[in-house]
Amino acid sequence: MSKPVKERERIVVRFAGDSGDGMQLTGDRFTSATAVLGNDLATLPDFPAEIRAPAGTVHGVSAFQIQFASSDITTPGDHADVLVAMNPAALKADLETVAKGGVLVLNEDSFTQRNIEKAGYTADPTQDGTLDGYQVYKVPMTSITVRATEGIGIGKKEAERAKNMFALGLVSWMFGRPTETTLGWLEKKFGSRQEIFDANVAAFKAGYHFGETTELFAESYKVEAAPQAPGTYRNIDGATALAWGLIAASQRSGLPLVYASYPITPASELLHELSRHKNFGVVTIQAEDEIAAANIALGAAFSGQLAVTGTSGPGIDLKAETVGLAVIMELPMIVVDVQRAGPSTGMPTKTEQADLLLAMYGRHGESPLPIVSASTPAECFSAAIEAARIAVRYRTPVILLSDTFLANSSEPWPIPDVESLPEIDPAFATSNGADFLPYSRDDKLARPWAVPGTPGLVHRIGGLERQDGTGNISYDAANHELMTRLRQAKVDGIADDIPPLDVEDPSGEADLLVLGWGSSLGTITASVARARANGQNVATAHLRHLNPFPTNTGEVVRKYRKVLIPEMNMGQLAALLRAKFLVDAQSYTKVQGLPIFAEELEREIARVLDE
Amino acid sequence: MSDVIQNGGQASGEAAPTLTKKDFTSDQEPRWCPGCGDYAILSTVQAFMPELGIEPHKTVFVSGIGCSGRFTYYMDTYGMHGIHGRAPALATGIAVANPELSVWVVTGDGDGLSIGGNHLIHALRRNVDIKILLFNNQIYGLTKGQYSPTSEEGKVTKSTPFGSVDHPFNPIALALGVEATFVARTLDNDRQHLTEVLRRAAQHNGTAFVEIYQNCNVFNDGAFDLLREKSQGKHNQIRLEEGQPIVFDDGNRCVRVGENGRYEIAATADTDAASIVVHDPHGRPSLAFALAHLSHGPDEPSAIGVFHEIERPVYGQAIQHQLQAATERLGAGDLGTLLHSGDTWTVE
Repeated sequence: MSKPVKERERIVVRFAGDSGDGMQLTGDRFTSATAVLGNDLATLPDFPAEIRAPAGTVHGVSAFQIQFASSDITTPGDHADVLVAMNPAALKADLETVAKGGVLVLNEDSFTQRNIEKAGYTADPTQDGTLDGYQVYKVPMTSITVRATEGIGIGKKEAERAKNMFALGLVSWMFGRPTETTLGWLEKKFGSRQEIFDANVAAFKAGYHFGETTELFAESYKVEAAPQAPGTYRNIDGATALAWGLIAASQRSGLPLVYASYPITPASELLHELSRHKNFGVVTIQAEDEIAAANIALGAAFSGQLAVTGTSGPGIDLKAETVGLAVIMELPMIVVDVQRAGPSTGMPTKTEQADLLLAMYGRHGESPLPIVSASTPAECFSAAIEAARIAVRYRTPVILLSDTFLANSSEPWPIPDVESLPEIDPAFATSNGADFLPYSRDDKLARPWAVPGTPGLVHRIGGLERQDGTGNISYDAANHELMTRLRQAKVDGIADDIPPLDVEDPSGEADLLVLGWGSSLGTITASVARARANGQNVATAHLRHLNPFPTNTGEVVRKYRKVLIPEMNMGQLAALLRAKFLVDAQSYTKVQGLPIFAEELEREIARVLDE
Repeated sequence: MSDVIQNGGQASGEAAPTLTKKDFTSDQEPRWCPGCGDYAILSTVQAFMPELGIEPHKTVFVSGIGCSGRFTYYMDTYGMHGIHGRAPALATGIAVANPELSVWVVTGDGDGLSIGGNHLIHALRRNVDIKILLFNNQIYGLTKGQYSPTSEEGKVTKSTPFGSVDHPFNPIALALGVEATFVARTLDNDRQHLTEVLRRAAQHNGTAFVEIYQNCNVFNDGAFDLLREKSQGKHNQIRLEEGQPIVFDDGNRCVRVGENGRYEIAATADTDAASIVVHDPHGRPSLAFALAHLSHGPDEPSAIGVFHEIERPVYGQAIQHQLQAATERLGAGDLGTLLHSGDTWTVE
């Protein structure tokens, strides 16, 4: 007996529950099954800062949103078509994310008087009209899960914990996801603990069969695979992609990777991922503090390693002095900043892109350095390699900007051929018998990288101003000006070594350029597509290199009558571009700890064009 | 001792060069105040280094900010002069990256115990293979005379015109408290004692912590006279020698076990020989801790020498062992395999 299947081009599903309910895991597994099916997808995990906020409260709600489609998509979606809410708090917190007329799948067992009050509702929202206009499905997930796992030999509490697998099974049926991927994963995860494995499988199957057999759901949906270029794909999140990009840079340069970091949300994921790969010669050091992490990396850089430190939020402030030291020492070092929301502690689990000006100017004295950013989760891989390439070639610290959204979100990624990845030549200095000049320069103004242990090259470096050539301490006025200009010229010169800014302007005479950087790429792409569908003539361009800018940047921004710069900050790129190119670029800013939504930017584009 | 020593044990395959003090002396002219204790330490270190048989290019000196920070520039080795207080972290990165190097940290009481206190204690805890020389002059010299974290209470300085109300660190006790594996104290002007302590530190496998009482003749002159000046030092230096009863002041005074197991200074004539403490640097840290607290500071008879020396796994070596073990278990990492790990799908 099979039920009607409705074709849909794209679907947004949101799983929401208590932070102990396993919603991130559920979303992650649903994503894997969706990726394997060949849908294009984008995800947005959205979790509270507290590990376990009081159960049943709104601020303890953890959610995971995925958009998947049979066509190319670039964002996790503005509104959910389906919300799975494991308790009243999840409904309360996330109802506003659901499109009007959307589907609500509620865990009926959790809608007790006590839980309803805890969530801040004065009356049962399933009874009082709050949910009018939505398609509401109440499913007793907890009790069915407990019944399905009877006889396996686990306690009631353990059994109840498997209810997220019931939800996963149910939603998997709704959207025709293959069960093998999830079952295979459960086997790997719990195979050695038979009862737990059996319980999770039973719950998952119970959910799947519940959808198939009950009268509750009239139909299921089908989303065809998206057309993808030939190749082998995987799903990847930004944190993993960045970590693997660093490993790839290590492999392609022959430089052992040293990653020194202090635990901080959300950058800790990099430390976790890299620490698993010791068989690649990756050394990870959990330092005593952010400052130590930066200095350990810099010491490793002096010793000829691919030296990386990573952090978020307040950690980047603490590293500033050491980054300045790396600037004057002219040593290769990568500083990963997974940007998060707010000043001070701010909102640690929420996204923002408000560290651009800090990366650019956040050190005392004239202290220029290159800035590279990633624009999509998968692009974190190539951005890491690019940061390493510039750091090593130019003997300079590089700040690599990612953000919380990129780090946690995932997308399908055509796995690159290893041989196609750029090679990086460390070009270590060796002695030619002559007196060694540690601050002599090559055609790119880079100085020699002379590693301790190399005969004939002993030299001293430090934070005091260097004499041109010899690198000895110098307080000479003219020398300081020369060195300041040399350091600036070296960084500026990188512009000749990066691709020009690529403008997408099909007609060549767009009325508006939407220019962005970082993780807003997906939103810009989606909203510009909508604007064009509305008949508006809009061009886009996206900056990956933020210092220096590509050589044609000024030409591009001056060419358009109107330039709109959407950012998750108060207009930082706009400020840089206005200062540098004297253009009347307009800012569109959002600082809610959330990505800009495509419909928001679509409205702004229309508004700017109407002006 | 001789300044000229044969180089030993370097697997270069070439004829072992003969190293001299000159090989460790850079062409930069030291710029400390005339009469500064740093000159004597520099000269002794430069003269001692050839003894190790490690060529200058396999040696790295790392320093922070303060008068001691300049030390790096005067050694003709690789050198890194970092920012304030962070030298132990820089040195950790250097030593972990290349365990073959001989890595030395030069720091001061302000650099190492104030702004850089966190890095110091964590280097000692980890037992990184670095040798830390802490020049303690009990004053901020480079910034022209403010009290430091080792200045005595009541110290009148530019920033404490009414006297300091801060209680000072006891650096030896601090190092012992964080379970350092090698803890010693010596004097800037006692070339022989300083050399012996450096030798023991260099031989130690792991982090060596050496406090060097160093006279700042401009801002804190005479702070260590009781121990440094020949006529007074002979009566007040409590020289620690392994396996020997701790007696000093020409044998007139001794360290004995008093009531409740406390160490105390007593007249040797009044003391039963069996209750005189026999120095055991390899024993429990509490023994060394008691020795560290014989005095409140260098204005009382104080112990010098190696307080504590034990073996514990060395940080960089432990990291290398993990890398090797992972490689043996999983095989050398293959990037293509990594990128294809987990769920993948192929579009034809």
